[in-house]
Amino acid sequence: MGKLAKSPWLLHYDGSSCNGCDIEVLACLTPVYDIERFGIFNTGDPFQADILLITGGINSQSESVVKQIYSQMPDPKVVVAVGICACTGGVFKSCYNIKGGADTVIPVDVYVPGCAARPQAIIDGVVQALEILRKKQENREIAALPKAAGKA
Amino acid sequence: MAKRSIVPFGPQHPVLPEPVHLDLVLEDETVVEAVPSIGFVHRGLEKLVEMKDFKEYVYIAERVCGICSFGHGMGYCQSVERIMNAEVPARANYLRTIWMEMSRVHSHLLWLGLLADAMGFESLFMESWRLREKILDMFDLTTGGRVIFSVNCIGGVLKDMDSAMLSAIRSTVDSMEKELRPIADSFLRDFTVGSRLRGMGVLKPEQAVQLGAVGPMLRASGVSYDARALGYAAYPELEVEPVTADEGDSYARCQVRIGELYQSFSLIRQAIEKIPQGPISAPVKGNPSGEHFMRIEQPRGEAIYYVKANGTKFLDRFRLRTPTTSNIPPMLELLKGCQLADVPLLILTIDPCISCTER
Repeated sequence: MGKLAKSPWLLHYDGSSCNGCDIEVLACLTPVYDIERFGIFNTGDPFQADILLITGGINSQSESVVKQIYSQMPDPKVVVAVGICACTGGVFKSCYNIKGGADTVIPVDVYVPGCAARPQAIIDGVVQALEILRKKQENREIAALPKAAGKA
Repeated sequence: MAKRSIVPFGPQHPVLPEPVHLDLVLEDETVVEAVPSIGFVHRGLEKLVEMKDFKEYVYIAERVCGICSFGHGMGYCQSVERIMNAEVPARANYLRTIWMEMSRVHSHLLWLGLLADAMGFESLFMESWRLREKILDMFDLTTGGRVIFSVNCIGGVLKDMDSAMLSAIRSTVDSMEKELRPIADSFLRDFTVGSRLRGMGVLKPEQAVQLGAVGPMLRASGVSYDARALGYAAYPELEVEPVTADEGDSYARCQVRIGELYQSFSLIRQAIEKIPQGPISAPVKGNPSGEHFMRIEQPRGEAIYYVKANGTKFLDRFRLRTPTTSNIPPMLELLKGCQLADVPLLILTIDPCISCTER
């Protein structure tokens, strides 16, 4: 495992969710599900986050906020779309203010379906995200190697 | 005069899981004015009623908010049932009451946890949420869902509880009541918690009424009003005595919500004792025509549902006024004159539910 994947910091943002997935994300942090046992820590600061958990579809007002949060996160970073609304727009897809899932504005790595997504599914999604985070970091390290060293 | 500055608060903020934005006008560290701007979670749910079948819309109504999900479904169904003069079986009414009170327990425990988290009391947050998982297990057992469970339908409910389920709920409620006592003691008797809550954000009774506060916010200012007393579902047959406190500060709001937890335990027990046998839903034929206005008591306060139907399967209008909408003006009043560091805690004491407010 890469350094980051051992103790990634997680940031949660509510795109335009109904709260159902948000409280399940929070429930993951509490004693029964406890994602801290994977070394995951919940932060409120995008500048320190490695994993972005996004719940709910994207609406016209939250679009710029989501883009901004994503751009503030340092590379490498992964995005997990939690709940069917963040995946596709879900039941709200036909609402006039909903643009669709989170992937309409930022690249999404892991999709966790469900309404509301169960904590077990969210944990599974985050654990898959760790693997993607590790690969992204490796690719970055390879890309950062000096060209001469690569030839030798 | 001290220099004025504006501090933007939110939308992405570590204290609140939901996005809300406030511009705080400060004079040194003291808040002079708070200007809210909302719309980060607006989806346009009410408009969907023109596109979805009125029976199908129950599922949308339940997704107005994930925390008060059951109540919104129930409020919508009851409004449509009253328009159609549908006779809801007594057992369905009792089942609705049990689920509604369980929702209140889960919502208030969630709030207690967030309150503890906002003041940095991490272990108390964990304790409250650990206790909350027990009621979620009961939702899981009886409906198959943890937060959104879609058991309401026009004319009754979709799932029945057998006697094993009822006794499981009963014993869970009994054990939760015992386990709540030490947690409640920490909130109400701990010196540190008290210093963050007592005397903060006082709302006087006349102010509360004038500004339109609802729910625990209103009752914490000493006004005894509870929409459950208006009588819907099985509440007319149960004893509902509004829980009130007199101080009107953050501590009183905490006290009222803890009191309501015990009240909900008692209501669940009463409902389990009195629940009659019989069918759980009545067949509903035809399309609704007419309008109805109904209010129910959600965990956060009184919610108002207005439904207008035109005789087709698509409704003309569904309007929802949520408790947080009414509680925002009193909240802005509370924020005036408080310290910047107390802002998150004061916002939390109204138990804001932004996704209800903006729909």
